[in-house]
Amino acid sequence: MIEFKLPSLGADMDEGKLLEWKVKPGDKVKRGDVVAVVETPKAAVDVEIWQDGVVQELITKSGETVPVGTVMARLAAAGEAPAAAPAPAMTRHPVSPAARKHARELGVDVEKLPGSGPHGAVIVGDVDKAAKAAPPKEAPPMKEAPPPSDKALAMRKAIAAAMSRSKREIPHYYLSQTVPMQRAQDWLTAYNEKRPVTERVLMGALQLKAVALALKDFPDLNGFWKDNAFEPASGIHVGVAISLRQGGLIAPAIHDAAERSLDELMKALADLVRRARAGSLRSSEMSDPTITVTNLGDQSVDEVFPIIFPPQVAIVGFGRVAPRPWAEDGMIGAVPTVVASLAADHRASDGHRGARFLAALAVLLQEPEKL
Amino acid sequence: MDGEEIRKVVLAELKRIAPELEAVAPAKPLRDQVDLDSMDWLNFLVALNERLKIEIPEADYRKLGTLEQIVDYLARKSA
Repeated sequence: MIEFKLPSLGADMDEGKLLEWKVKPGDKVKRGDVVAVVETPKAAVDVEIWQDGVVQELITKSGETVPVGTVMARLAAAGEAPAAAPAPAMTRHPVSPAARKHARELGVDVEKLPGSGPHGAVIVGDVDKAAKAAPPKEAPPMKEAPPPSDKALAMRKAIAAAMSRSKREIPHYYLSQTVPMQRAQDWLTAYNEKRPVTERVLMGALQLKAVALALKDFPDLNGFWKDNAFEPASGIHVGVAISLRQGGLIAPAIHDAAERSLDELMKALADLVRRARAGSLRSSEMSDPTITVTNLGDQSVDEVFPIIFPPQVAIVGFGRVAPRPWAEDGMIGAVPTVVASLAADHRASDGHRGARFLAALAVLLQEPEKL
Repeated sequence: MDGEEIRKVVLAELKRIAPELEAVAPAKPLRDQVDLDSMDWLNFLVALNERLKIEIPEADYRKLGTLEQIVDYLARKSA
């Protein structure tokens, strides 16, 4: 029997609200399938399962808020006989997406509503009717997930919790290096010149690839600080800090970033940004980052002094690529440069290692054809 | 497609990227005004390319500073 538990989707999450099951009893699932949509303080996340099996019982109900680690469902493992008396198949309650959204806004539980749409589906009109008929609401219980109007507040609280923990627990050290970017810029211009707009690559993707490749030789910056010890990560999954237009930020992972070609990385980055802003990230993207990269170059800053996202042990920042005075061969000229910065956890690594990492990153950024 | 129709398409695509957008000053730098980062900007150009079937080379980005310039540029290319 497999127990499907609510995973932790980041240091800032200790509970989640089940919005929807994507499976029902009797459904076969395989590793990587999305089985539920869970609301966290930062986003609604598609939660994946990591084993093959057959759904036996859905324990958590839609709308219920449960702590991380709660058994939400039980499944029979692949090849395992189903339980002798399987739970009766849950009748799916069809709800139109618009009605679900509307119900969330009005605080109506759609699962309990009779539906007047096709095949008994709950439609917007049913939600309105229920909202009008509902008795005046009592104060919500403490554990109730916040209504959408409080989303910004929940996001700030989540960021506050993670960043306060980081500054309280992690002895950060900060290093930076100015990197000449003429070659990278010229190379990228030539690379994009003949390409249609749909296939162009941004400098941000080049920087991500350079960070991922540089990390291969610095495993002590790629991993987690857990139970008073450093735990190196098995892959290089680069978290990308993405600001959301409604405020706040989220830093989901691009998996195996060092193994992807530049074009693949650019596609993955564009897809990740689009889904982060549309609110359709997957649980593995939320839980797997092994390091984070934050790029504030578009906001015209010269240098970033980032804060590590626990339990990670390092974060890399990039400022803007802009012409600055640069001395070479005894001559000063105006050259496009970028300041790459590193904040790292002194418990897991020392400044010497961090400095060597930045030097390796600088070399890679000056050899763009190798990225 | 005339300038007015192009302006509508440009504004509609901007609004898709920045739903909170209320008004755009046509002669002020657009990216600062709407807070478009590199990815937003690329997505905006991809959307214009798909809607208007106009290819915008990277070398022309510097001609696209304001809403006015973008509409003029696209109108010229579609003529």
